[in-house]
Amino acid sequence: MTQTIIVVGAGHAGGQAVATLRQKGFDGRIIMIGDEPYVPYERPPLSKAVLAGEMELERTFLKKAAWYPEKQIDFRPNTLVTSFDRRAKTVTTSHGENLAYDKLLLATGTRVRKLQAPGAKLENIFYLRAIDDTLAIQKQMKPGAKVVIVGGGYIGLEVAAVAVKTGCEVTVLEGLERVMSRVVAPEVSEFYDKVHTDAGVVIKTGMAVTGFEGHGKVERVLCADDSSYPADLVVIGVGVLPNVELAAEGDLAVDNGIVVDEYCQTSDDNIWAAGDCTNHPNSLLGRRLRLESVQNAVDQAKTAANAMCGELKEYAEIPWFWSDQYDLKLQIVGLSEPGDEVVIRGNPADRKFSAIYLRHGQFVAINAINMIKDFMAAKKLIAEGKHLDPVKAAEAEVALKDM
Amino acid sequence: MAKIFITNREGEQSEIEGEIGISVMENLRDNDYELEAICGGQCSCATCHIYIDESWMDKVGPRNDEENELLEELDCVQPGSRLSCQIEFTEDLDGLALTIAPDE
Repeated sequence: MTQTIIVVGAGHAGGQAVATLRQKGFDGRIIMIGDEPYVPYERPPLSKAVLAGEMELERTFLKKAAWYPEKQIDFRPNTLVTSFDRRAKTVTTSHGENLAYDKLLLATGTRVRKLQAPGAKLENIFYLRAIDDTLAIQKQMKPGAKVVIVGGGYIGLEVAAVAVKTGCEVTVLEGLERVMSRVVAPEVSEFYDKVHTDAGVVIKTGMAVTGFEGHGKVERVLCADDSSYPADLVVIGVGVLPNVELAAEGDLAVDNGIVVDEYCQTSDDNIWAAGDCTNHPNSLLGRRLRLESVQNAVDQAKTAANAMCGELKEYAEIPWFWSDQYDLKLQIVGLSEPGDEVVIRGNPADRKFSAIYLRHGQFVAINAINMIKDFMAAKKLIAEGKHLDPVKAAEAEVALKDM
Repeated sequence: MAKIFITNREGEQSEIEGEIGISVMENLRDNDYELEAICGGQCSCATCHIYIDESWMDKVGPRNDEENELLEELDCVQPGSRLSCQIEFTEDLDGLALTIAPDE
């Protein structure tokens, strides 16, 4: 009998999984269910080239829309899975349909964390996760507009870079004492703060946003220190939450993400999960974690699709990320922790330097700014567990790979 | 339409009708060739590495600076190495022959 695989979620992981399933020769039925109107697409350009109007929407699509019917993939856009029954092996959709599966992949991703504050529902307050968010922001982001960005992480700063280039008056309100504090070293935060400031962005750190005011539309952002910032539009980027409710309702193991093993299998033999929504083990890092990244979504989707086809290949990759702001290519490998020793290679004033993280001498992470060679070398060295001498590592004229 | 001749990682040869005006990477991706292209064409990851057939190297042109830095660090870099996201497929490239490089 023909097997049916249902993929819940049509983001990067869902899209990659169906492509890999067909590539592996799975010839059964595939149903992919997504809550957006679009076929799976790349999210990173949404806060960069797409927002800037430099990239057509269709070019973010992982596969063209016509590819899905060609490959006999039954794609259901604008559809939510409202519940599933593990014993009956069925899912129920928001259109009231009951669909039976033999194997299920949960690629439910994350959703934006919403600010709970008075006035947070005023018009022109936006979050950025999906194509439609970008289009809505773009419409309001006219030259001269006052843009207040809440959150100085990747999303906030990428939007700030595009907005200031568009000719907007941009203010970034960051709650912690420095921008991108979760992902980069203090020296790198300081550098990005200066770059944005030089470009005309006003960056305020240590700002707790307490509410929004306006008549219908937002007009002001209020902070705990009684300061306020006039705004024509607000973009909030304060993190995401994993979509685990469906899994939890189905009594799958959930712990800051859907708990999976190294093959992306959940606590149910017929159910796998992949991407931002998973809590997964990584033998290279020696621990479990949940990651929000394209690399993780793609690699886990492949792992899950392979496993669903009976081919077990362990997922173990050193995580890597990137962020484009202005002419700066920030590439990150590995996960740093507070307490790691930070070594700076090169000079921030040259807009070309790296922050190397050593944990008891072992090279564990890098923030490379316009240092492509360091990034490439670091991918290998970190995976190998290489130890570096901090004095030598600071010598930018010596190639990392030769250390 | 213009053709692209492709040798995949298994050494199998095939041809596709390339779409003009998009990158070679997008053409390979749209036609289901195994190629990671994780960063989606941002020249940030070196996972869309291909070898341009020697006879096409002049016509395709040289690597750009960022691309060159990414490629030089790969173990299996060759003179014809390019990142396929950095090559726009044009009418002039009708008949382009390339090989998909191994995954590193």
